[in-house]
Amino acid sequence: MALGAQAGRTRRASGITAYRRLVGAAARSQLAYPASFALQCAGQAAAQTSELVTILVLFRHVRAMGGFDVRQVLVIYGIAGVSFGLADMIVGQLDSLPTYIRMGRLDALMLRPLGALGQICASEITLRRLGRSCTALAVLVVALSTVDIQWTVGRAVLVMLAPVAGTVILCSIWVVACSVCFWLVEGRELANSVTYGSSMFTAYPLGIFSSWLRRLMGFAVPGAFVAYFPTLALLGKPDPLGLPRWLQWSSPLVAVLSVLVAGAVWRTALRHYRGTGS
Amino acid sequence: MIIEMDGLVRSFRRRRGVEVRAVDGITLRVDAGEAVGYIGPNGAGKSTTIKMLTGILVPTAGRVRVCGLDPVRRRRELARRIGVVFGQRSQLWWDLPLRDSFELLRVIHGVSPSEFAVRCAEFVELLDMAPFLDTPVRQLSLGQRMRGEVTAALLHAPRLLVLDEPTIGLDLVSKERLRSFLAALNAAGRVTLLLTTHDLPDVERLCRRLVVVDRGRVLIDGPLDKLRRRFGVRRELVVDLEAPAPPLDGLPGVESVTVQADGLRQHLVFSTEVTTAAALIASVVRRVAVRDLAVAEPAIEDVVRRLYGREW
Repeated sequence: MALGAQAGRTRRASGITAYRRLVGAAARSQLAYPASFALQCAGQAAAQTSELVTILVLFRHVRAMGGFDVRQVLVIYGIAGVSFGLADMIVGQLDSLPTYIRMGRLDALMLRPLGALGQICASEITLRRLGRSCTALAVLVVALSTVDIQWTVGRAVLVMLAPVAGTVILCSIWVVACSVCFWLVEGRELANSVTYGSSMFTAYPLGIFSSWLRRLMGFAVPGAFVAYFPTLALLGKPDPLGLPRWLQWSSPLVAVLSVLVAGAVWRTALRHYRGTGS
Repeated sequence: MIIEMDGLVRSFRRRRGVEVRAVDGITLRVDAGEAVGYIGPNGAGKSTTIKMLTGILVPTAGRVRVCGLDPVRRRRELARRIGVVFGQRSQLWWDLPLRDSFELLRVIHGVSPSEFAVRCAEFVELLDMAPFLDTPVRQLSLGQRMRGEVTAALLHAPRLLVLDEPTIGLDLVSKERLRSFLAALNAAGRVTLLLTTHDLPDVERLCRRLVVVDRGRVLIDGPLDKLRRRFGVRRELVVDLEAPAPPLDGLPGVESVTVQADGLRQHLVFSTEVTTAAALIASVVRRVAVRDLAVAEPAIEDVVRRLYGREW
């Protein structure tokens, strides 16, 4: 028994090394042309900035949006942007899952003693998305320093944890959405409406969306927990929609639950694939 | 026992609910050290069998064990014990030098650096890969890449090597280099081979045992030389003539003659047991003026077709 457990640990450790090396290999090939990589990062940063401009333009015409002033909205935008950039970097290439299936590359991955999902993410990590996260992070830092926050230990921990939880939630959403491709050959469009839809949805106060969209993209797809609720908790602000206060602190828990759900969905999808061989 | 299949079945539901049995009750045992050619026409169920052996596909019915493991339940464990080469799917990293692909696979399979260094040096030497070890894989020729693929599948010292069309698209020199490498490895007792191919010389060079499948069933399973004795190996001589001629009947060893272009091109099917290509060519040129000629290997499909309906 003890020996078995140790073998398991050794194997896990070598698995982690393997994923790390896969990420390293992807990084090396992406950084092979530094100038081109810098341009791609700048492109991502510009995309993120265009959303910022949209928000700033809107606030030239309105004073508040869903009960939030401009700096408060920028906190939401910042947390959402950092999270989405990181999620897109880690799992964004799952969009090419249909190609993996069609070209038999998924089969090739399954001939190795590692998980298929981990291999795809590790070997397709897209570092240029850091341009997006860094821009959002800069905005977040500026916004946090200008809004009124009564800093407590809890809020200090939350401000660190929120982007991590947000990233985990968005990664989970991505994995679940892309799992559709195992059943639908052209499932990618559907998956993208959820994944890229979340990018927009999570960056704004919940109150500006219609109630069915709030239910769908905020709770069924737990987008509200990425940035909206943590921001309320940081600001110590009662929810303009009157939702209970404990929800504001629940993002880390939701992140854990999302991972469990995503893992179960992915395993089911892979089992379906191995059952049908489509 | 490396491979055990008992009544293995795999069916697929096609459109409109039609069920197709790609593998229809295959029972097969392969012992350690064997070299088995697993052949059959397209759609015979070869790839489906391989996918079940490697744990990619779940069998519909029947039992399969590879290296004593249930491939589906223990896919990752099995992946450490077997190597697979798909002629048309790469295990290598396109943008990285070949050397780096090997190193990544070393880490993935948890092979110790010292063990890896010895094995890698040996394969680089035997397959003459030193000149292109630092070239990115996308710049390699197909022959060079396939040498890399085979090495990649062997770096973790698997007990079983499964090869799916390993020589497809290779030139003759590359084919022969790969075959002699695999044959030597198998002869040294280091790895069991299971090979699917459409290339009969692959089988003749590498395999002592032949399993012929068709429509998901095993048609024939036995030693290659016994099969050859029983059915003979036929080849085809194609001759282009200077002037149209009547069919070249009555030449020794020729079993059938097909005529094209009013007799300008003739296909002579002959048995290698009765005559040789050289002797036949000599007797043809004595009779007619020949512009060009070629000797065709019998396609594996032809052999299978000829085997069909005969008792083994």
